[in-house]
Amino acid sequence: MSDSKIQENLQKEDAYYVNMGPQHPSTHGVLRLRVGLQGEKVIHVEPHCGYIHRGIEKMCEKDTYSQIIHLTDRLDYLSANTNNEAVCLLVENALGIEVPERVKIIRTILDELTRLASHQLWWSVMGMDLGALTTFFYGLRDREKILDIFEESTGGRLLPSFNTPGGFMHDIHPNFVPRTKEFLAYFKKKLPEYNRLLTGNVIFQQRTKGIGILSKEDAIAYGVTGPSGRASGFACDVRKHHPYSAYGMVDFKEILYTEGDSFYRYVARMDEMWESMKIIEQLIDRIEDGPYTAKMKPIIKLPAGEYYQRVETTRGEFGVFVISTGDKTPYRMKFRSPNFANLSALDYMSRGFKIADMVAIMSSLDLVIPDIDR
Amino acid sequence: MAIDIYDFTGMTSAIHESLSAVLSPAATTIVEMTIIGIVFILFYALVGLFLVYAERKVCAFIQCRLGPRRVGPRGIFQTIADFIKLLMKELLMTKNADKFLFNLAPFIVIIASFMAIGAMPFAKGLHALDFDIGILYVLAVSGIGVIGILLAGWSSNNKYSLIGALRSGAQIVSYELSVGMALMTIIIFAGSMQLSEIVASQANGWWLFKGHIPAIIAFVIFMIASTAETNRGPFDLAEAESELVAGFHTEYSGIKFAFFFLAEYMNMFVVAAFGATVFLGAWMPFHISEMIPYAEYFNMGMDFIPGFIWFFGKTGMLILLMMWFKWTFPRLRIDQLLTLEWKYLLPINLVNIVITAFFVLTGFHF
Amino acid sequence: MKEIIQYFSDVFHAVKSLLTGMRVTGYYFFHHKEIVTQEYPENRATLKMFERFKGEVLMPHTESNEHKCTGCGICEMNCPNGSIEILTTFETVDGKKKKIIDKHIYHLSMCTFCGLCVKTCPSDALAFGNDFEHAVFDRQSLTKVLNKPGSTLNKEVKE
Repeated sequence: MSDSKIQENLQKEDAYYVNMGPQHPSTHGVLRLRVGLQGEKVIHVEPHCGYIHRGIEKMCEKDTYSQIIHLTDRLDYLSANTNNEAVCLLVENALGIEVPERVKIIRTILDELTRLASHQLWWSVMGMDLGALTTFFYGLRDREKILDIFEESTGGRLLPSFNTPGGFMHDIHPNFVPRTKEFLAYFKKKLPEYNRLLTGNVIFQQRTKGIGILSKEDAIAYGVTGPSGRASGFACDVRKHHPYSAYGMVDFKEILYTEGDSFYRYVARMDEMWESMKIIEQLIDRIEDGPYTAKMKPIIKLPAGEYYQRVETTRGEFGVFVISTGDKTPYRMKFRSPNFANLSALDYMSRGFKIADMVAIMSSLDLVIPDIDR
Repeated sequence: MAIDIYDFTGMTSAIHESLSAVLSPAATTIVEMTIIGIVFILFYALVGLFLVYAERKVCAFIQCRLGPRRVGPRGIFQTIADFIKLLMKELLMTKNADKFLFNLAPFIVIIASFMAIGAMPFAKGLHALDFDIGILYVLAVSGIGVIGILLAGWSSNNKYSLIGALRSGAQIVSYELSVGMALMTIIIFAGSMQLSEIVASQANGWWLFKGHIPAIIAFVIFMIASTAETNRGPFDLAEAESELVAGFHTEYSGIKFAFFFLAEYMNMFVVAAFGATVFLGAWMPFHISEMIPYAEYFNMGMDFIPGFIWFFGKTGMLILLMMWFKWTFPRLRIDQLLTLEWKYLLPINLVNIVITAFFVLTGFHF
Repeated sequence: MKEIIQYFSDVFHAVKSLLTGMRVTGYYFFHHKEIVTQEYPENRATLKMFERFKGEVLMPHTESNEHKCTGCGICEMNCPNGSIEILTTFETVDGKKKKIIDKHIYHLSMCTFCGLCVKTCPSDALAFGNDFEHAVFDRQSLTKVLNKPGSTLNKEVKE
């Protein structure tokens, strides 16, 4: 063992261990972090997963492809619609089905609405973790409007289960387009308010700037994707580099920063909200009348082989891997969940910072625990 | 000079005389102390309950909510219902907790906040304790509270509590300094540490307006430091729920928790009342300069508003300001908290005192 | 000197940023029309869910107590969590033995509202209801029989 390793182990033995979670007001779910402290300083963080493990990958092996959809809702419940889409895209690509353009456009709009809703919740919770409780209510107030759009068209507020292989369960509601436009107009006025309340605040900036720095190399090494990775300069936007659905048809910017600290992870998400609105605006008038689904056989059987499909969820790259033996259920299903990779960088990032900073780093990573445990 | 139509001196001296006529001087003192004690306990409970309700309403409106509405008209009995609930709850204790200190801590905290109320000048003639070192007394007794917090954190046998208590200790020791220094400015202006004299010196204008910029700077520093001293708002590190669950009172339940809770709100009241006394002239009505036309009629009108309404109005405004802070700002980190005190507030304060002394020497203030 | 100017401009910007934040919260404090709270149990009369809201699975019946369920069992097959159980019996019509539905059992406690039963039903016998107040004291009461007692198959449904 090298000297530094021995030193580190000695430090770990002397550390004052504090449990954050599984029941703790600041872990957003049942994640347990065993934090080794020296005074207020974090020596190391040990994440303990598995408190909400439900065996979704195993459950998928007994379900048909259309039944799998509702299970993917329950991975990262804040980007449920995007997860649904990943499985649908995989099945469509495997079978070589071309979905109507209308479906692609609506899927993209729903994706971006999901992203907006998720980022709103993240903004609320980030402020709350740093002690500004009011942000929580402002964020949730605006998120409610998106959930209403979802509820009206899909019937589900949080877990829509709206996508099916080939298209949608049913057509969108006639109110979908006006309601979305109304929301965009509303939210454009509210987003600057978010900045006034939290982004510019000197306490907030001091709490986040220079905290939990992740370099580009480390981001790639840990596989940190999504806005968290892009704040470190890792160009990993699947929407841009491997366009799916209607992302090839729209013009949007991939938000890239090089600082890689908590503040820029925050700013990257705030900027993404503007980009999302830009994407929706470009597509909302292009929804034409037409079928809401491609023609599909009632029983979907993938040809034998291995398939992989990736999409950009709110938190990063979400991948679905399927081994099919030609049956109507997959032989093996594996999800590449962004949060699991993002969590792995938490220990590295929070070493040497204060315990209060660790909370800020964790909320700037925007973890969703059911996605980690699956 | 203001017309004293709401002078309570006559009432209090009448009570004193009628008591002394019947009882011996020693017994009179005891009876008077008992009466004052009972009045203050009732006052304490009422103000505490009202402040909890007020905070819930204020934060609700700030957060686009309605707040309590179910118990009583507009929910005014909500805190009483909560209090009854807390009374009936089981008192839990962790294994291996230091039993004696664990039970003692809430009482120390609540007594500290209780003692300071005695020195507040509520209205002309309504002033229970008027020491010639009143300011020092208030600072001293409000400093006792931190011992309760430290004890609570230490005796709970809980890691979150201990960290919270240590943070609180560091915080209060630092900010006590700034509170004292900010008050020093006014002491120099008024030339006395006796609260009644400080109030009397503001008869022709509040120190906040009379004292030029030094008084305003001192007031801002006082507000920041006293918010920190009461463990509130952006400075609630001792009970930072995002990392320490509930800080030093994590393990307390039932009525013992209620004591901590009530003490927090009463500390807020004490601090605000103290700020109103020193900077805003306690029960002195608002007067404008005689140079403005019809000023005397305006001033007469102001005099008709009773002194205690002025006092509670000013205190209420300061409390509202502190609530507003709390529901707007994120929490500071422990090192930033100490940086703010030692690198910003304290140096500014020291310079401010020198400027004040210069002003007083040259007679530049009004 | 430069550092001193920096020091004071830091203080100034800090105070300014704090005041901007306080203006936002202050605005909401005084503008009560921005309040978004819905007082739930009191507003039951006016509370209207969106028509597609997935509250529970229902089997619509006509006025003459007729439903459209043939008892084919496709919903049972498509349900990913086994929330639907179909019990059938046989009845003799014109001397022919015919399979009809006896009980369409729906376990609300197991349902994940994926919507596959409603979507795949060949005779549109199932629909989503908007009721969301499902809290009960006894878990047994979450198991429901969807076809009403004495109901018959609607004549228009072809088998």
